[in-house]
Amino acid sequence: MRPHTLSILVENKPGVLSRVAGLFTRRGYNIESLAVGTCEEPDMSRITVVSIGDDEAIEQIKKQLNKLIEVIKVSDLTYSDHVAREIALIKVHAEAGSTRAEVMQLADNFRARIVDVGKKTVILEVTGDTSKINALEDLLRQYGIKELVRTGKIAMPRGSKMISPKYR
Amino acid sequence: MKSGAKILFESLAKEGVETIFGYPGGSVLPIYDELYDSDVRHILVRHEQAAVHAADGYARASGKVGVCLATSGPGACNLVTGIATAYMDSAPVVAITGQVPTTLLGRDAFQESDITGITLPVTKHNYLVPRTEELGRIIHEAFYIAGSGRQGPVLIDIPKDVTTGTAEYNAESDSLVSLRGYQPTLQGHPRMIEKAMNRIARAERPLIYAGGGVISSGGSEELVQFAEQWHIPVTTTLMGLGAIPCDHELCLGMLGMHGTECANYAVTECDLLIAVGVRFDDRVTGKVEAFAPNADVIHIDIDPAEIGKNKRVDIPIVGDVRIALRQMLQENESRTSPRQWNERVAQWKEEFPANYPDDGKLRPQFIVKELSDLLNGRGIIVTEVGQNQMWAAQHFCFRRPRQWISSGGLGTMGYGFPAAIGAAVACPDEPVIDIAGDGSFQMNIQELATVAQYNIPVKVVILNNQFLGMVRQWQELFYERRYSFTELPPVDFVRVAEAYGVPGIRVDAPEDVRAALETALNTDGPFVLDFHIEREENVMPMVPAGAAINEMILGERK
Ligand SMILES: Cc1ncc(C[n+]2csc(CCOP(=O)(O)OP(=O)(O)O)c2C)c(N)n1
Repeated sequence: MRPHTLSILVENKPGVLSRVAGLFTRRGYNIESLAVGTCEEPDMSRITVVSIGDDEAIEQIKKQLNKLIEVIKVSDLTYSDHVAREIALIKVHAEAGSTRAEVMQLADNFRARIVDVGKKTVILEVTGDTSKINALEDLLRQYGIKELVRTGKIAMPRGSKMISPKYR
Repeated sequence: MKSGAKILFESLAKEGVETIFGYPGGSVLPIYDELYDSDVRHILVRHEQAAVHAADGYARASGKVGVCLATSGPGACNLVTGIATAYMDSAPVVAITGQVPTTLLGRDAFQESDITGITLPVTKHNYLVPRTEELGRIIHEAFYIAGSGRQGPVLIDIPKDVTTGTAEYNAESDSLVSLRGYQPTLQGHPRMIEKAMNRIARAERPLIYAGGGVISSGGSEELVQFAEQWHIPVTTTLMGLGAIPCDHELCLGMLGMHGTECANYAVTECDLLIAVGVRFDDRVTGKVEAFAPNADVIHIDIDPAEIGKNKRVDIPIVGDVRIALRQMLQENESRTSPRQWNERVAQWKEEFPANYPDDGKLRPQFIVKELSDLLNGRGIIVTEVGQNQMWAAQHFCFRRPRQWISSGGLGTMGYGFPAAIGAAVACPDEPVIDIAGDGSFQMNIQELATVAQYNIPVKVVILNNQFLGMVRQWQELFYERRYSFTELPPVDFVRVAEAYGVPGIRVDAPEDVRAALETALNTDGPFVLDFHIEREENVMPMVPAGAAINEMILGERK
């Protein structure tokens, strides 16, 4: 059992997301993270899903995904060299004159940006892979995380390997 | 410019649709108005569930896509069981539903239901048509998807303003389907074919396990040829009955929960299992670890997701069964026939025939056998679900594909009668028999009105035990005969039939069976035969749930 990162290229049509997401639930696979967006072709979208399972289970879900008429290509990036990113917005308790300087220092160490400064809080924007964001979240907890929003993971293979079919 | 309703019928005509089964309502009024002058034959059922089962039965009997039509809301929802039935058995059906106008969608309008959402898990694909301009293309896509690859039901939900709106439609150009996300693999991979043939050549105890994929691909001839060429015995699933003639020397009958002893022993002992158009369903495998425990597995199927889903496969061949078998027939491997093994299998077959007591009581098995003898290869047998279905599967001798129609995957009571209507409409020259239980028949008994109205010659053979027999059997065997809500009070089916204008006979004695069957078969039009059978007869052999398939409970031996 391990997290698998699946990149799913789909037709940009209404209802596609519920077909894909519904398949995971129906067949008993969990979705750890989900990101949906446009891609290089205007009539397609790309869905990136992280799901935990053994290789056999993931193989089955890939085949089931491929059966959906509106799924064009499924790529499993788990075992190939790839870049993966998530973004988190973290609103932390950080009062001027108190812990704010420490929080700013931490942000700097993680190359997080301060995107909002309030009287008692700041909002950090951090980009990175899952473990980096988890690490920052852990460190910030002692100051008091008021709210946290995280995107799903997006991923792309390095070099010449592609997640798009060779249609061009 | 043409109205959506007109486009619908022009595209159906282009797809070669001659008959549809349906039921009208508010949101399909424009469609029914167009139908009024159309050449399409419309059969008015008495419940939408029957429309979809009839379309399914039509499809299974003919190999063509079956079509049904229902209104929005309750009409559409009444289709769901039938769509799920077709989905589980990979039957090609196009279900057309009306929907509230696009302007009212999402507002809980009168008779609005999200039927594409509801049927998402039980359709191969579905559509909510957004604009009249897209209607023609969508209909052609739907037929292509339903009828190709691993077949299945496709639903098209058409808002009322899409049928009243107008658009251009050109049957030639709009029927050219191109779907980049859907390209079924038909040819088996040559390397896998070669590997399979090498393995077959080395097999000492090979066995073919054939299923519904053989029937739907039209590959029965190839299957038999292949089995004969290599002298390999064949067992079939419930869905595969008819893939090889039951009286063929190499045919071992059905395997699994109510399979023959011979087939189940052969599976357990084989060293090579050639699985063709099957999906290793739990009713077939029993305890899956003990299913073909000593065998390498070759699995041929058009659906890649079936390979390795329930059972580890050594040599996968993704492709159309018929095409893959043809490829395999071309390989020039040779091998001495597995004499010892074939003799062993033949011995089981001889030693353990399907049996039932012959004691003067009216036994359901006897009725099925009489029917089988009388029809002698003719006819289409459709069944309900339960004991009646298993007795029909065990005791009727199927000689050709598409002679057997039954709800295997979903096990839908009430399927048989309407599916038989569909089969009878598709094959007007064949006698069509619905083998029923008294419970199942009452789930779509209203269709007596349909067969009476159109004089559809379906013969209903009720194996009447005044029980929900199959459930009673489980209660007898596994719940200490605590018959909780499985006893059914008697119903006078002959009078019910007569009230609908359908003739019927009640039969209580074995000696009257033949004459009654002959009367029914010789009567033009529908007929109901109410056989009052031994009430607590069981279906044997039986593999208890979760047991290995060679651990059968056996019936009395003769
Ligand atoms: C729609 C539906 N409801 C319930 C069941 C569960 N079930 C399976 S077999 C059976 C009994 C069928 O009784 P009957 O039609 O009289 O046939 P018999 O087994 O007596 O031949 C039942 C209730 C089912 N398969 N389908």
